[in-house]
Amino acid sequence: MEILELTALELAKKIKAGEVTVRQAVDAALEKAEAAEPVINSYVTLDREDAYAQADEIQKKIDAGELDSPLAGVPVAIKDNMCIKDQLTTCSSKILSNFKPTYTAEAVENLKKAGVVILGKTNMDEFAMGSTTETSYYGPTKNPHNTAHVPGGSSGGSCAAVAAGECFGALGSDTGGSIRQPSSYCGVVGMKPTYGTVSRYGLVAYGSSLDQIGPIAKDVSDCAAFLEAIASHDPKDSTSIAREDYRFTEALVSDVKGLKIGIPKDYMGDGLDPEVKEAVMNAAKVLEEQGAVVEMFDLGLVKYAIPAYYTIADAEASSNLERFDGVKYGYRSSDYEGLHNMYKKTRSEGFGAEVKRRIMLGSFVLSSGYYDAYYLKALRTKALIKQEFDKAFETYDIILGPAAPTTAPELGKSLSDPLKMYLGDIYTISVNLAGLPGMSVPVGKDSKGLPVGMQLIGNAFEEKTLIRAAYTYECATGKQYEKMADLDGAAAQSQAADGKEAR
Amino acid sequence: MAKQYETVIGLEVHIELATKTKIFCGCSTEFGSAPNTHTCPVCTGMPGSLPVLNKQVVEYAMALGLATNCRITQVCKFDRKNYFYPDNPQNYQISQLYLPIARDGYVEIDTSAGPKKVRIHEMHMEEDAGKLVHDEWDDTSLVDYNRSGVPLVEIVSEPDMRSADEVIAYLEKLRMIAQYLGVSDCKLQEGSMRADVNLSVREVGAEEFGTRTEMKNLNSFKAIVHAIDGERQRQIELLEEGKEVIQETRRWDDNKEHSYAMRSKEDAQDYRYFPEPDLVPIVISDEWIAKIRAQQPELRTEKLERYKKEFDIPQYDAELITESKRVADLFEKAVELCGKPKKVSNWIMGEMFRLMKDKSMEPEDLVLSPEHLAKLIDMTDAGTISASVARKVFEHIFTDDVDPEKYVEENGLKTVNDEGAIWEAVEKVIADNPQAVADYKGGKEKAFGALMGQSMRALKGKADAGAVREMLMEILKA
Repeated sequence: MEILELTALELAKKIKAGEVTVRQAVDAALEKAEAAEPVINSYVTLDREDAYAQADEIQKKIDAGELDSPLAGVPVAIKDNMCIKDQLTTCSSKILSNFKPTYTAEAVENLKKAGVVILGKTNMDEFAMGSTTETSYYGPTKNPHNTAHVPGGSSGGSCAAVAAGECFGALGSDTGGSIRQPSSYCGVVGMKPTYGTVSRYGLVAYGSSLDQIGPIAKDVSDCAAFLEAIASHDPKDSTSIAREDYRFTEALVSDVKGLKIGIPKDYMGDGLDPEVKEAVMNAAKVLEEQGAVVEMFDLGLVKYAIPAYYTIADAEASSNLERFDGVKYGYRSSDYEGLHNMYKKTRSEGFGAEVKRRIMLGSFVLSSGYYDAYYLKALRTKALIKQEFDKAFETYDIILGPAAPTTAPELGKSLSDPLKMYLGDIYTISVNLAGLPGMSVPVGKDSKGLPVGMQLIGNAFEEKTLIRAAYTYECATGKQYEKMADLDGAAAQSQAADGKEAR
Repeated sequence: MAKQYETVIGLEVHIELATKTKIFCGCSTEFGSAPNTHTCPVCTGMPGSLPVLNKQVVEYAMALGLATNCRITQVCKFDRKNYFYPDNPQNYQISQLYLPIARDGYVEIDTSAGPKKVRIHEMHMEEDAGKLVHDEWDDTSLVDYNRSGVPLVEIVSEPDMRSADEVIAYLEKLRMIAQYLGVSDCKLQEGSMRADVNLSVREVGAEEFGTRTEMKNLNSFKAIVHAIDGERQRQIELLEEGKEVIQETRRWDDNKEHSYAMRSKEDAQDYRYFPEPDLVPIVISDEWIAKIRAQQPELRTEKLERYKKEFDIPQYDAELITESKRVADLFEKAVELCGKPKKVSNWIMGEMFRLMKDKSMEPEDLVLSPEHLAKLIDMTDAGTISASVARKVFEHIFTDDVDPEKYVEENGLKTVNDEGAIWEAVEKVIADNPQAVADYKGGKEKAFGALMGQSMRALKGKADAGAVREMLMEILKA
């Protein structure tokens, strides 16, 4: 079906022109989802009835000329850690398996104002803790490019859904790379904006000082358009920033002449898969050919990012997840003796292993007697890492590197060695610690046919510089998602797919 | 000879701030509403909700800090205090540990040995928890989150108090300051002022402090006094028996007038405090502090001095009137309306305080309006009503805030100014009481009083006593 080959912006244009109806667009995405879901498992909740109801309402508004957004009528998916009023919001956890919020996340609200159709909620690592979407209570999501592999995480469901054509764009959240790494694995464009750009109101918190919502899209133009739709200053989020400029699509200009790009030597050294390295270096060369100045340089403190990140994120998580106690909402153990036993059993039964590991780590680093040695030291490291980036951005407009050291690993190979899994976050994590914008852009595939992502990192509030560079790359090389299409074959090869686990 | 012991007391006082809305959301802070009617995703700890600081809370806390001579922390932050309890919807409380709003202040209290400074260690802002309701019949516990997120200021004193009297003086002082500032009504019975008592004893003359205990659940001044006496006695007995005082938290049971241990230091919870990532630091400029200082209303001491100077009110009267802001406001407004400070003061000091004592009322319970009091004074001065009628009318103003003019009209209490009517009444009294008249004429001055009383009674108190006296004299002389 040709509708599925359109980008979000292209689709919206056709809807506006009356060539495609919103219902047809929803049909196309749902049909695709119906075929793909038994294998891919991108969605936790897919609400067809509601999608059609939204489609009809939006069509009416478009026909009446009341909706003039560049995304009007586009079917999208939302990561299941963002609240939508009266809709199941599970964070892919048993403990929230029955939770329906009474309010909608600000980012989702903004997207609705832009006239999109929300198809459903996507699968993720439980409470966004993980890099593979395998820690979900609802079973793993598969990589549409090769279903024997993971889609990455934690926004694996959103990235897989976009890559598989089960929607035309999606929202993810990124605490340590959760948008950029799965975007890289799935061959889609994903952006983590500067901290404070998109409201966190209604995003179920993991690491509050690091969490940021961002778009996942088929190409750079869509990514810019989605970002423009969701970014806003929200008085309900005290960490939300009033920015001067939200016109991100203005940066869709193919021109990087004179742009200074730095590649950290530590990002290209040990531990990096040679095929990933080659693809990223080739992409850098493309930008160089387009007029950018590309250099290698020393970015300090790279190796300290992972311990600092896991200390801060887990500390905040241990506190943020305290509210899931079986008292007010969510899962409660059916068999308990008294209050403390109820807490204990509810949380023991309701949380998965990775979440428990991080709660314990986080509680430990905040304990009296350990606070200074761990948490405080991590905060200082965070400040120093920010300084290193500040120094680098005195010289460079963009820092370029891989989004992940490898392409998507095989299913079932990561969780047994959490430390190794954490090390896979090395290129993305410091961006969250420094609060900077980062973007993953597909730059080809490895010999196994798995996508490789290039990461572009900008100074705070410099999303437009990233968009311009990514757009220039795309214009020079052709749209990557088109080259990566033909996923039906890939989905078919995995006959051994075990489908969704029972809820 | 028995050893002499000294009690050492420090207080942690929670004051509920009188903001209209809660500290981190827009819900009402109103007391006494149906359970869970003033709640939202923020104050019930729903996932994805975020706190937004109510600026009024900061300003009230700053006002309290300035009025108690504290240093304002110009970059202050919130921290999370983590503990699991169902009245605490997020299972952490947003409070301040590392950079509290105010530090290093003091208040001055009056003691039998003269004025004394009680130092304030720090003052921090935090959110209140919800309320648990235990249904014994149903064997269930229910939570009401109306109070969850109501703003509190916790004032931590240094261990500077040495007796229950000093503790009460300190609490009354804090309450007066808070009420004068208008930042809290400080009602102990409604929980808008709560105090935890840290107490230790030591031999008189000892340099080191003894081991202290913390006493919780003190809901009235009376309970505080009893708890202090009880705990002092308990600790002295332990020491006398050669035992040690254990550092622990104790809960006071006011019905049994007894405290029991809640948890010892070893069981003390690790609250795992860390900076609240959902809120940004509060930066307080010199200008902001200056603005709050400039807005500071006149406090009690200044008011007292002004009353003495401006209204020529004696020290004792001024002290009683300014003791409560409610009474001082009433006084000032009434003076403004009638321009007779002495008379207003007399009514307040006399009739009003007597009636309050009879009905054991607090100043907050007063209903009478300064307008009606002023009018009553004017009517008395104009001779519209007599002094005895005025006292009667005042009682009705006191209980129901009636309009004295209307009340006098409706009940026919106006002074009788008809000389003929007075003359007639007096003549009748003289005719009916020949014995008293004879006594008076025989030199018994007292008898005049009896005749006077009879005459006033006959006139139902509505005549001007001066006029009655004159006529009585005239007739008797004749």
